[in-house]
Amino acid sequence: MEKIEIFDPAMCCSTGVCGPSIDPELMRMATVINSLKEKGIIIKRHGLSNEPQDFVANKVISDILQKEGADVLPVTLADGEVVKTKEYPTNEELSNWLETEINSEPKKKSGGCCCGPEGCC
Amino acid sequence: MLLRARGVLLKMANKYETFDLERVNLTKYLFFTGKGGVGKTSTACAVAVNLADRGQKILLISTDPASNLQDVFNTELDGKGVPIEGVPGLVVANLDPEEAAREYRESVVAPYRGKLPDSVIVNMEEQLSGSCTVEIAAFDQFSNFITDKTTEGEYDHIIFDTAPTGHTLRMLQLPSAWSNFISESTHGASCLGQLAGLEDKKGMYKDAVSNLADKDKTTLILVSRPEITPLLEADRSSLELRELGINNQILIINGVLSEATDEVSKEIFVKQQNAMENMPQDLKKFKTFTIPLRSYNILGLDNIRSFFNSDHYIKANAASEPLYLKRLDVLIEDIYSTGKKVVFTMGKGGVGKTTIAATIALALAKKGIKVHLTSTDPADHLRYVAEGAENLTLSKIDEDKELLNYQNEVLSKARETMSEEDISYVEEDLRSPCTQEIAVFRAFAEIVEKAENEVVIIDTAPTGHTLLLLDSTQSYHREVQRTKGETPISVQRLLPRLRDEKQTEVVIVTLPEATPVFEAQRLREDLIRAGINNKWWVVNRCLSMIDTKDPMLMARAEAEKQWLEKVKEISAGNFIAIPWLQDASVENVGKSGV
Repeated sequence: MEKIEIFDPAMCCSTGVCGPSIDPELMRMATVINSLKEKGIIIKRHGLSNEPQDFVANKVISDILQKEGADVLPVTLADGEVVKTKEYPTNEELSNWLETEINSEPKKKSGGCCCGPEGCC
Repeated sequence: MLLRARGVLLKMANKYETFDLERVNLTKYLFFTGKGGVGKTSTACAVAVNLADRGQKILLISTDPASNLQDVFNTELDGKGVPIEGVPGLVVANLDPEEAAREYRESVVAPYRGKLPDSVIVNMEEQLSGSCTVEIAAFDQFSNFITDKTTEGEYDHIIFDTAPTGHTLRMLQLPSAWSNFISESTHGASCLGQLAGLEDKKGMYKDAVSNLADKDKTTLILVSRPEITPLLEADRSSLELRELGINNQILIINGVLSEATDEVSKEIFVKQQNAMENMPQDLKKFKTFTIPLRSYNILGLDNIRSFFNSDHYIKANAASEPLYLKRLDVLIEDIYSTGKKVVFTMGKGGVGKTTIAATIALALAKKGIKVHLTSTDPADHLRYVAEGAENLTLSKIDEDKELLNYQNEVLSKARETMSEEDISYVEEDLRSPCTQEIAVFRAFAEIVEKAENEVVIIDTAPTGHTLLLLDSTQSYHREVQRTKGETPISVQRLLPRLRDEKQTEVVIVTLPEATPVFEAQRLREDLIRAGINNKWWVVNRCLSMIDTKDPMLMARAEAEKQWLEKVKEISAGNFIAIPWLQDASVENVGKSGV
């Protein structure tokens, strides 16, 4: 199992609901991390707005920022190595790195129409 | 009360005591609150100067983003405090939330300049430019003043001339809102995260709350006018503050006419007496004082010093030449013929924005175009105006309701992809005080979006709040351009539309008095800075346009003239004057102007 860290761009809160728009990706990340935490798996998130020092102190992050600028964020590190940039890892990727099952499939409402992410109607 | 109706002489035996510093138990902290235009600043300044004259050490602080303390004292002010020449012992500070936010932003970002690339610094700065940061920064400054031991030791009294009611309430509510939020937040993220080290200040905020609720330390002074609406507003603020534990309150009714000598002054006199007689029961429980109506504007030390004591108006006999004044139909015709799609009425609270907005809306609807009128005024009395009017629809931005709508929207989106356990995590962020701002902002954008199909007339909230709203429009606009989230089209289109002078007109509403005109002038400057057009001004409640022989009212009418001239100059002649009306209903204002 690898140690995962995520370096976020500057944002209002980890779910993004205080921002001007709702970003489903941010909500997904926030909840996946939270559900992993309940299993005892900690994914450390570093926010640019409240912990800028972390971005300077971590050599890998500092270098990639100097080279590619703020657009490279969010950056995911696994055991200190860059494994994903510009996007958050998918549940599948996290599941592979962490060697654990991640169960946060969309709940299908029974009986109702399913205008979910699959867009079946 | 002596009442001689035919002979037109009325004098009143004052039911309430005239305000006198000797008769008030003055605590360490004094908070003045009230709807805009009731004389809150004048009263706070007069208390501060008179106490300083008695040899006390006084700190007077404004927390109003549209403060005019610098005009009253004719002195450049800052957020730290400036001694006032001519008043030994008095220091005055103007808390500027924008400036505080800028300082805060700089303190966070500065250590990383050169260490992180420029694009990263810009990203941090943008995130720290929202209205959320402004609110927090203002609150932070404010808390410093009510908890700082050095300040407490240095001054005998610390007097707050607080912002207009809504803003004040938010500020005063923040200590408990933030404290609850910090202690309830389990995952530590949230908006508060953007203020690094804010949690360290939890102790200070707790002290701020307990100082506010301590009757031996804090007195809340509700300032109102002897009129129905301001008294209702005062009652509402009073209740909300009592709910926050602030029970030590007194009431000052400012601008009470003490005698009437002709028909017009008699009408005013009777209306005032009725308003005071019928004021809400809860207000009657507080110790209540009155301040007589003054013929002068409260500017400069002489007027501040005599505010509680005397008035020496010249008993003018002949009404002087009236200015040439345009009527409201000129403005309406201009908006109609230039095909404006979005019309705002802006100005300080209590100047009659809502009535002017409704009058314009009705007149345009009568011309056969589809009009939507919206109000953020909680004292909403527009419903009957829209009833039965053709082409006119009405809506209201209710902050609490908008928050609920937004929360529901987010949660229903969240339910598409999340389990119920995870939802509670999102719910926690949705309880953050910042979310309210976002919700109201989005509601505002939706309303403006209606301009696609009809003319939208918006009666905006008081100046301070409006400015924050405009500011967030700008910072959101920048943010919108880079987020990948689902930004409503209404939000994306908002600022470009507001900046298009072919579509948008801001009508500035003011009164022919010093403070409202100064504030309106600053509002205009802010609008221009934001790239938003203002052509028309409306000067409401002009006594100089009515026929009175009452010496006090004539003196006030005379004092109006220089402010009408000033508006004429600022607006390059594009201004409308509306006479003082006994019954300033939409119908009557409409008649007077058309």
